[in-house]
Amino acid sequence: MTVQSPTTQSQSLWRPNRDRSRLIQSVVKFICGAFAAVSIVTTLGIVATLLFETISFLQEVPIWQFLTDRKWTPLFASKEFGIFVLVSATVMISVISILVAMPLGLLAAICLSEYATPRTRKILKPVLEVLAGVPTVVYGYFALLTVTPFLQTFLPNLKGFNSISAGLVLGVMITPLVASLSEDAIYSVPQRLRDGAYALGTTKRETIVSVVLPAALSGIVSSLILAVSRAVGETMIVTLAAGANPTLGLNPLVPVMTMTAFIVQVTKGDAVHGSIAYQTLFAVGTTLFLITLALNIFSFWFVRRFREKYD
Amino acid sequence: MTQTAGAMTAHKIAFQAEKLSVSYGSTMAVKDVFLDIPQNQIVAFIGPSGCGKSTVLRCFNRMNDLIPSAKVEGRITFKGQDIYDKRVDAVELRRRVGMVFQRPNPFPKSIYQNIAFGARINGYQGDMDELVERSLRDAALWDEVKDKLKASGLSLSGGQQQRLCIARAIAIEPEVILMDEPCSALDPISTLRVEELMQELKQKYTIVIVTHNMQQASRTSDYTAFYNAKATDQGGKMGYLVEYDRTEVIFQQPAQQSTQEYVSGRFG
Ligand SMILES: Nc1ncnc2c1ncn2[C@@H]1O[C@H](COP(=O)(O)OP(=O)(O)O)[C@@H](O)[C@H]1O
Ligand SMILES: [Mg+2]
Repeated sequence: MTVQSPTTQSQSLWRPNRDRSRLIQSVVKFICGAFAAVSIVTTLGIVATLLFETISFLQEVPIWQFLTDRKWTPLFASKEFGIFVLVSATVMISVISILVAMPLGLLAAICLSEYATPRTRKILKPVLEVLAGVPTVVYGYFALLTVTPFLQTFLPNLKGFNSISAGLVLGVMITPLVASLSEDAIYSVPQRLRDGAYALGTTKRETIVSVVLPAALSGIVSSLILAVSRAVGETMIVTLAAGANPTLGLNPLVPVMTMTAFIVQVTKGDAVHGSIAYQTLFAVGTTLFLITLALNIFSFWFVRRFREKYD
Repeated sequence: MTQTAGAMTAHKIAFQAEKLSVSYGSTMAVKDVFLDIPQNQIVAFIGPSGCGKSTVLRCFNRMNDLIPSAKVEGRITFKGQDIYDKRVDAVELRRRVGMVFQRPNPFPKSIYQNIAFGARINGYQGDMDELVERSLRDAALWDEVKDKLKASGLSLSGGQQQRLCIARAIAIEPEVILMDEPCSALDPISTLRVEELMQELKQKYTIVIVTHNMQQASRTSDYTAFYNAKATDQGGKMGYLVEYDRTEVIFQQPAQQSTQEYVSGRFG
């Protein structure tokens, strides 16, 4: 039996419309490119505005004053611009929240990926993601109207607005984020690593602690950093529960003002375009942006440095 | 059709499987295996894919316990003790019965820690540096890694990774080493090194190796078990032990026609 080469006759049955595919191809490419360009241009626009207004701000207020003043009173007659007053509040609340979210989120992630049956996991995982979608204003009122009064029963010094209840509730809010992303990282550790550990005579707990968690470390750390970024940028809970009283220091029992809460305050008021209050808004925005950027760069570096490649 | 090898009385018995059957969910993977594994010998499991070689191997260190759907029936004794007895701790059993897997699976830790990990978990009190060096030497890897013990185990080549896994297994001084196609992901030279290594390890350990490579089985093993699968009424297939005997018998004058066909390569 010999193989027939295609005859001219059978070739005439195949008439691909190459021109049309090429045209469609280039149109699709153009549309995708345009959408990508829109998002890049928007981002660049935001960064440019932030920088532009911040530079104007720094012409009015020298940077050392911005960094060393011990009060934050840009809207008063005697103005002081100590950004660390706001930064300290943001950092304190974020730290409290991650102290809550890290243990809760990691334990939930470990339970889900290592101990739950596949069925339980399939049900609980989406529930977790729904939890992450509860509106933050609900959390804010919960902190203000439920958690603070409850804490006041054994912390008599606790003010009505304070960092601790904002931080605790914020921690609960970002827990699903930590749990869900860490769970992905833990679940994707190859089974053969676990088998390798069990074959050496390790218990389940030893396998998880000594092999699975270290192998998932880069994913876990990046989930924590994402959660911290989320906490730093979170606005509603801190505005409602932590107050609007710029206070330098790390006392979690008194009202404070975070960077985001300040931005809300000024945006709600009537800051005149070009006024110092208006420019302060952008200076704070830039600071917030730089903190988040630093966190993301760290996360990027950490993941690149510590990610294990399993082919 | 199942049987134990004759002339086994010359050796002490490490494992004895009686009427061993394993099923996953409702499908029987391998049925009615009778098998004695002699001490300080190398036993090879050969047979086509899916006939249950790995499944049987995993019974010896109860790795099947980790597969929720797996169910083991029958009886396996290790040095006279029923290892599926309720009083036997699978974790303790696995310390005595080590395993090397088909794909090298070093931990994402340093070469040193890969070895030290199992020893530390099992409460080793001696000199750790000395244990690491001895295990790596026994696994014929020391000369290649002695200058980079802090490097990640994953930075080694496939063949080196597999020898690292062997070193890791022998570091906790098991009595048996189970190997599930340890050379299938390795190049011929690494394969040869692992085979040489097995001959040395035989002095101290009992070895059971699953292999797809006929030459490997005939070169390295003392006993060979040939498994095959047959179609079941439900349309699936079920593995069984066809024949088990001294390796030269299996390869030169097997009792079964199908063994003859398989070892000579005339087999699907
Ligand atoms: N974890 C598992 N879950 C369900 N079925 C399995 C599992 N492992 C193996 N099997 C089935 O058991 C049979 C024997 O598999 P295995 O022992 O891996 O064969 P071999 O090692 O001889 O290739 C196959 O039909 C396989 O599909
Ligand atoms: Mg197999």
